[in-house]
Amino acid sequence: MKRLSSKHEAFATLAQVWPSFAMKLITIDSLTVAYSGVVALKNVSFTIDAGEIVTIVGPNGSGKTSLLKAVIGAVIPQEGNVDVKSGLKIGYVPQRLNLDPTLPISVGRFMKLSENVSKKECQRALEQADVAEIMTKQMSELSGGQLQRVLLAKALLGSPEMLLLDEATQGLDQPGAAEFYKQIEKLREETGCAILMISHDLHVVMSASDRVICLNGHICCSGTPQAVAATPEYKELFGADTDGALALYRHNHDHKHDHNDKNPTNSNEATH
Amino acid sequence: MLDDFMVRAFLAGLGLALVSAPLGCFVVWRRMAYFGDATAHAAMLGVALSLAIEADVFFGALIFAIIMAWLTTQLSGRNYAMDTLLGVFSHSFLAVGLVIVSFISGVRIDLMAYLFGDILAVSKSDLGVIWVGTLVVLGLIIWRWTPLFLTTLNEELSYASGFNPKREQLFLTVALGITVAVSIKVVGVLLITAMLIIPAASARNIARDPEMMVLVAGVVSCISVILGLRSSYVFDTPPGPTIVCVALAIFIVLNLINTLRRLKL
Repeated sequence: MKRLSSKHEAFATLAQVWPSFAMKLITIDSLTVAYSGVVALKNVSFTIDAGEIVTIVGPNGSGKTSLLKAVIGAVIPQEGNVDVKSGLKIGYVPQRLNLDPTLPISVGRFMKLSENVSKKECQRALEQADVAEIMTKQMSELSGGQLQRVLLAKALLGSPEMLLLDEATQGLDQPGAAEFYKQIEKLREETGCAILMISHDLHVVMSASDRVICLNGHICCSGTPQAVAATPEYKELFGADTDGALALYRHNHDHKHDHNDKNPTNSNEATH
Repeated sequence: MLDDFMVRAFLAGLGLALVSAPLGCFVVWRRMAYFGDATAHAAMLGVALSLAIEADVFFGALIFAIIMAWLTTQLSGRNYAMDTLLGVFSHSFLAVGLVIVSFISGVRIDLMAYLFGDILAVSKSDLGVIWVGTLVVLGLIIWRWTPLFLTTLNEELSYASGFNPKREQLFLTVALGITVAVSIKVVGVLLITAMLIIPAASARNIARDPEMMVLVAGVVSCISVILGLRSSYVFDTPPGPTIVCVALAIFIVLNLINTLRRLKL
């Protein structure tokens, strides 16, 4: 773990000094997606480097899901293209499962679906996702947080170079979501895998990101979390009430309380 | 041996039991119960047209079952909700089918046989069609088991694992069409959904993983067919409905046992 972590750090440093060194995992070039004539995404371009955490935020109907589908190949772009590094192993964490109560399946069996993996590998992935003890439990008995972590563990099988998270914290409350994002951050530290997540969960999501892309059919703005939150485009899209969005970020990275916070009762406090 | 109509009835019923168990589990898991119903009703139009042009009833039913299943998957999410669309198509297909049948002289007596099945009248060639259909569907489901299952859980997850959910949906549609066509002789268009759903729902009380649920559903189906046919012979009741009644009895017993077990814990 130590070795991987330093590898990631070395990578990050190199990438800073010489940006073009960073290996592009995914290059999206003037992507346009339309469904029977209705344009969902227009002229979207960005890249994802190795080891990077990129968050895409946008309101409902902003094309977040279309973007993600284009990355996994579930929709064919109208124009432009999605260039995935050859042989890139992507771990996909879905938003939720259509788990009908009539469907019996244990966590262990679910982990083994579609992947040829040993019990030991499953156990290791579950440990990485911080749910080590639930192998024999039924999926239907899990709490929202446990289910989300099992989905994460499944995506971790086969050591992916990139994780793709689709609104992964939708069923969780704010402390639960913050906890989940910390786990993601830790995973990046440990494995150096890049993370592309999609969310409208503004108040917590931005904390862990290297880069935020604000989407509304097209890219409105992008950059570091602070830079994005300060842009007029962002404020227009999400309203003026975005003061709390960066609270957790400050807390996580500065390790001190921001006493000048305009909103001291902000629920981000609950994540201490 | 195949000259005995009772032996043919048992073999036909067991074929249906084997095909309906795995497919029934998918129907239950994907909440497609109404979809199964609609497909079966639509098959009646296929039966009617086949009788009108004196073609094979099995293929008529098969074609219309698949058209119906395909139509609804294509059209859903456009202008109407899925259940509205299914309601419009399934009942109009059934109605049109019944009207067409009324124009054909001499088949009035046969109508009940297609609505509720006539397992005692299964011929040797029917038996061949039923078992070929059964083996095709079983093969299809065993071959596509993992992608079908993943697609049921989450379409994008299935995509990300390298499968094509749309193609898997098509496989399921074809399997459902074949099952409906195969079942018409055995339980009729009105009771097919019962044979899909009741054994699967019964199995849920015991099973802890999906494969186990399919196996238990298969066992429940087979017991229903054997006991149902036997009872219909003894009590002189219509065989199709009697088979469904036995399945219902098993469903109730397994649910009671499950409830009692939970109360004790």
